[in-house]
Amino acid sequence: MDPDRFSVLWLQAGSCGGCTMALLEQGRRGVFEELATHGVELIWHPSVSEETGEEARAILEAVEAGERRLDALVVEGSILMGPGGTGRCQILAGTGRTMADWVTSLAARAGVVVAVGSCAAFGGIPAAAPDPAEATGLQFDGPDRGGALGAGFRAKGGLPVVAIAGCAPHPGWIVETLAALAADALGAADLDAVGRPKFFADHLAHHGCSRNEFYEFKASAERASDRGCMMEHLGCKATQAVGDCNQRAWNGSGSCTDGGYACIGCTSPGFEAARGFLATPKIAGIPVGLPLDMPKAWFMALAALSKSATPRRVRLNAISDHIVVPPGRPRRGGEGGET
Amino acid sequence: MRRVVVGPFNRVEGDLEVHLDVEDGVVVSAEVAAPLYRGFEQILVGRPLEDALVIAPRICGICSVSQSIAAARAIAAFSGLEPTENGARATALAHAAENVADHLTHFHLFFMPDFARSDYAGEPWHRVVSERFAAVKGTTARSFLPARARLLEIMGIVAGKWPHSLAFRAGGTTRSLDLGDTMRLRAILADVRAFAEGALYGRRLEEIAEIADLAGLDRLKGDASDFAAFLRLADALRLAEVGRGPGLVMSFGAYPGTGRGGEPLFRPGVLDVASRTRTSLDVDKIGEDPSRSWLAGAAGPPGRASSEPDIEREGAYSWAKAPRYDGRAVEVGALARQLVDGSPLAAALTAASGGANVAARVIARLVEAARTLVAMERWIDAFERGAPFCVEGAIPTDGSGVGLTEAARGSLGHWATVRGGRIVRWQIVAPTTWNFSPRDGAGVPGPLEGALEGLAVGEAAARSPMVQHVVRSFDPCMVCTAQ
Repeated sequence: MDPDRFSVLWLQAGSCGGCTMALLEQGRRGVFEELATHGVELIWHPSVSEETGEEARAILEAVEAGERRLDALVVEGSILMGPGGTGRCQILAGTGRTMADWVTSLAARAGVVVAVGSCAAFGGIPAAAPDPAEATGLQFDGPDRGGALGAGFRAKGGLPVVAIAGCAPHPGWIVETLAALAADALGAADLDAVGRPKFFADHLAHHGCSRNEFYEFKASAERASDRGCMMEHLGCKATQAVGDCNQRAWNGSGSCTDGGYACIGCTSPGFEAARGFLATPKIAGIPVGLPLDMPKAWFMALAALSKSATPRRVRLNAISDHIVVPPGRPRRGGEGGET
Repeated sequence: MRRVVVGPFNRVEGDLEVHLDVEDGVVVSAEVAAPLYRGFEQILVGRPLEDALVIAPRICGICSVSQSIAAARAIAAFSGLEPTENGARATALAHAAENVADHLTHFHLFFMPDFARSDYAGEPWHRVVSERFAAVKGTTARSFLPARARLLEIMGIVAGKWPHSLAFRAGGTTRSLDLGDTMRLRAILADVRAFAEGALYGRRLEEIAEIADLAGLDRLKGDASDFAAFLRLADALRLAEVGRGPGLVMSFGAYPGTGRGGEPLFRPGVLDVASRTRTSLDVDKIGEDPSRSWLAGAAGPPGRASSEPDIEREGAYSWAKAPRYDGRAVEVGALARQLVDGSPLAAALTAASGGANVAARVIARLVEAARTLVAMERWIDAFERGAPFCVEGAIPTDGSGVGLTEAARGSLGHWATVRGGRIVRWQIVAPTTWNFSPRDGAGVPGPLEGALEGLAVGEAAARSPMVQHVVRSFDPCMVCTAQ
């Protein structure tokens, strides 16, 4: 092992593997080259490393015994404590020990512990009711502090669990966080209240959404594939969920809202508890979940005003799957036109 | 006789543990365990129906589009909704992108690195193969990973993102593609073609797709391509003689409406490999047996099953159930799909050695990837401008439906029942549940368990690379196996 390299051990707990699949998308020369550029060395990753069986066990044992330095323990997936608190919902193959046990033990050896994805961060989808596997995050169980490592956990380097939330996170969030840690450039002040790196978590998914004009005029989509704002009817939580999701390209160009479907708030602790993801919950016709930090009365007043001022172009395009009225000064007797 | 444990078994998707009973250097019997259980089938119960479109893809990060499609088809099955033509085509395109990405990820990152191991240091082919394919360090990742990312840019256009998209609905897809989008899709496929026709195949995709017999493969063996490197080492290590399948293969049919006469591109069916008897698929013959699983209940059809944990169940050794077709263990995946579809090459690959085997599985995967890429180019040109990508319609609050599709690794089915708009049952039988099934109540081993029986592992036992090759030849997806 190169002493100058930032050593990373990656474990897959109760995961779908999707965070790793996202990771593999990063880098113009591929993610392995990109990680090397940042001085990150994968000492073992279950999806890509050569070592298998007893060779892999030897690496884990050496780290656990303190014989091998570990700069970062990266965990993907929920920690499964069930059934009945036994942790037997996930035995680390070949070891006879639960993954919960391995993670707790190795976390004590790591310079920093990184949760990749909302499962490892907060519990995620496996923690959804009835929580069959008693799933939890590393330092949060849904919105509650605690989790597998406990509220007071600090890694050897002093940081709480760094939570790269998302389901799956943007590959850039993963690699940029690891790069910043390798450069010793990410401190406690760079994390928000639940451990998410602020460089992506100080934004809302809504920022940069291509449907913003529809949002401003409250011109709402009514059906899947309509172009309008999806907040009023289709369950979109982008004004409440953190992430620079619409300021980055996903898979070259996309994002959830660009793809024609609602933000489900996957970066938020406890997002899995929602019921009816595809419809906006309302009381007396008014959406329950309004934009973060916006007074309700203001929002209602602005919404009423903007609805009354909605241009015909915006109103009609909102309920169509393609642009039916192009931008342009209205002409007498018609719509659109460029003059 | 001694019992050895292989695990953690990496470079597979998810968690896998294999137990081998070895006598005189030969595997006498094997037990294959899925050691992870999250309980997706319980999480779905009680939720509004369409929440399945959020939950189901998150079973699996490597085949999430397949999970989305199976869920959407289960909803479509009892609502009478059908995807629009554009929506069906966009669904097929994204699905094919995922499946091809998975096939190529398996070859480059999961399967080939085992041949770079020092166990093979004395072999004449080893130097080149280890330079190309050594895990993480090999040169192939530098060209493959960017090509994979480029291929998955199809998701950015069609489905917002990958993995875990909400774009796939019973009535089609949620993003309408415009003229610019279709041109970008063309450019992506041209770039992927350039990669594939370079290092991977070293030949035109059409030429690979049309190989019809073993002589056709022989003609490639002098090439400098990675495919040819595999063919040569497969001969040297006699990979066609190991990892025999159970003799019955199945496919639910892939990419509906995109093949000849409106058929799926790859037709559905069930085939007895030895007798070449092909029968049509009868979903009612599918059953699941939890006798050796840490799950409660008795054998029966998925539409009446449950998946409650019973960690103390006697004789249990896996979270996976044992799916059976008419009582028989079945192999699924690219080779099965190509055999069922009538591919003469797949037939030749299995006839020569008397059944499915390690080499045939890998070759079928690579040839299928080429066939699929060629088809994808055709689909892009068939989008109808101005026509809708998605329709909505009333979804009954009560009913049952089965959603079937072919993931990269084989046949995936969702069995859904809804009452009062809430899910009351959602049972999933995934490709690797078939391939890596535990024994059933009658003691019949699953396909991998059978494929490992009789394997010569010598003194190395658990460390034998041949165990790695046999297991990985199935391209297991363990996170789907027991959800």
